[in-house]
Amino acid sequence: MKRLVLAAIAAVVMGSAAYADTIKVGVVGPFSGPFALQGKNFKAGIDAYIATHGDKIGDDTIEIVYRDLPAADPAQSKALAQELVVKEGVQYLAGFYFTPDAMAVTPILKQANTPLVIMNAATSAIVTKSPLVVRTSFTTWQTSTPIAKVAHDAGVEKVISVVSDYGPGVDAENAFKAGFEKEGGSVVEAIRMPLSTNDFSPIMQRIKDSGAQAVFAFLPSGPTTLGFVKAYNENGLKDAGIKFFAPGDLTQESDLPALGDAALGIQTTFHYAVSHDSPENKAFVEAASKAIGNPAELSFPSVGAYDGMHVIYKMIEATGGEQDAEKAVEAVKGLSWVSPRGPVTIDPESRHITQNIYLREVTKADDGTYYNKEIQTFEKQGDPGLAAAK
Amino acid sequence: MQTFFSIAVDAIAYGMVLFVISIGLSVTMGLMRVVNLAHGAFAMIGGYIASYASRDLGLGYGVAVLIAIVGTVLISIPIERLLYRRIYGAPELTQVLMTIGITFCIIGIANYIFGPTLKTIPLPAELQGSTNLGFRSIASHRIFAIVCGLLVAGGLWYCIEKTAFGVKLRAAVDNAAMAAALGVRTEIIYAVSFAVAVGLAAFGGILGAELLPVEPYYALRYMVTFLVVVSVGGAGSIPGALIACLVLGGIDTTGRYLMPEFGEFFFYLAVIAIICIFPKGFAGRVR
Repeated sequence: MKRLVLAAIAAVVMGSAAYADTIKVGVVGPFSGPFALQGKNFKAGIDAYIATHGDKIGDDTIEIVYRDLPAADPAQSKALAQELVVKEGVQYLAGFYFTPDAMAVTPILKQANTPLVIMNAATSAIVTKSPLVVRTSFTTWQTSTPIAKVAHDAGVEKVISVVSDYGPGVDAENAFKAGFEKEGGSVVEAIRMPLSTNDFSPIMQRIKDSGAQAVFAFLPSGPTTLGFVKAYNENGLKDAGIKFFAPGDLTQESDLPALGDAALGIQTTFHYAVSHDSPENKAFVEAASKAIGNPAELSFPSVGAYDGMHVIYKMIEATGGEQDAEKAVEAVKGLSWVSPRGPVTIDPESRHITQNIYLREVTKADDGTYYNKEIQTFEKQGDPGLAAAK
Repeated sequence: MQTFFSIAVDAIAYGMVLFVISIGLSVTMGLMRVVNLAHGAFAMIGGYIASYASRDLGLGYGVAVLIAIVGTVLISIPIERLLYRRIYGAPELTQVLMTIGITFCIIGIANYIFGPTLKTIPLPAELQGSTNLGFRSIASHRIFAIVCGLLVAGGLWYCIEKTAFGVKLRAAVDNAAMAAALGVRTEIIYAVSFAVAVGLAAFGGILGAELLPVEPYYALRYMVTFLVVVSVGGAGSIPGALIACLVLGGIDTTGRYLMPEFGEFFFYLAVIAIICIFPKGFAGRVR
């Protein structure tokens, strides 16, 4: 009899525990080191979502566990993910700024029964590595393809492409070439320059000598873009009428104050501009600015993180807080909502986000600050990179 | 031919910027025998102060540059007294560990105070825009950098080779005990040359900010470049550093123009070749 009572009490205690759990989400990102700004944006996006939607889903409380990965390091990334799953008992993995870090985690997802929500890493192939990967950021193919149409519409026939020599750069080069040739233009030369290039004058001379009417460029956001854009102006390319096209990494908001006048008029295509005009974005920018502290530091990874949290919340709702990775991922396939960046859908097949891509131009506001002004919308863009790989 | 001149102009400009930033390191390593990996960190402090003075306080470029150099030297004085003084004459490994530790501390503090975004130093109107050389245009601030580089080279050479201070410095370096016995205050000599080196670092950081933008990881990002210049030129030799900067700038620029897909292959190939032929650098002092 005594045992029965004990068992009953134990059952009640355990049962109720299952109904009001703490659900842990493990977020891996660069929170220190050279890319700390992007990690800060991850955190701002996540904090903004929790601040506006509460930390409770049903009876469950959500808890974020952050792990710092200062630079791309696949082995460390995998170790951190394993530690999060085994020791912290996280039900969801999220974050990941660099592709190799995200790739390294995909093999353990099934065994860990954990979905992976990618908030930035932008190489098309990641989603094919595991059926448990969902991505809420963008791919370089997705953001670089529409600019080819923009260039062609501007009457440009011959373009030289200049990219940083690493994965995303090569992606951008291929995406632009494919898109531009489809429009009927030609890429007269494709230059890949070392990631650590400081002095871009020789590159600018190459661009001039190539006889192209415009340059398509991709560099990772940060210090190098400053040198590149300045060199473009100072070597007289702007005055010579050579147009400048790039995906939005080149003019991310947090770099604009440094770029200043040099960036004026540069047209880029991207999935998100902090200036995007919608009530959802206004609310988001307000919450995220509060979370990040300095609004000038707000940039695109924050929106990937914000929408990533939205997907995770929906997954938790769908599974009632149970750890069931397949059911969770199944639940968000085809999920549509209005994100700060505009209407978005998780593509049921690729589990990548379908979204509007905007053409923006760097413009000076009345108060003297610079911003990306959206001037054209390419609606419902999927990921052409995945199709191209097939 | 036009291509050749074009590359030459870029090479000289890049080389001179490298020279201004690296020469301070050459002074510490060659004359004071300290492997100062925190050199880039001082350059970064200079850049940050100049950026703060001109952007946030709205001071003119010249004033901002002065404040930045003086400010960086002031910051370095306690660091020299408390930390560097312990490692003069210590084994290289100790020096490397100590200075790299200082570098990381400065990175952390800079990140905390100024935030992780890029900082620029607004140039005065005369240095903005480009100058037409006839066959191509070049950024005006690069011409300014070339002139500054030449002035710094000349001034330093004069100080070390022709003045009484230079004689004492060389004596203190070659035989500290003997110099001290002859009445040279080696401590003061060291402190002054350290201050000069730090001031040069700060000046280089400001002057080079258009090419190597100021951000918290500046100190680590360009460390190898500075070290390469010093090792190829020969530590402590001003003409050596000048030649090294021009040669390396030339090779780097030419490689980047003609075969960018090879990355920094030619740059490092040249470094290996030069070190094989001149183990002490172009003008390293034979001991």
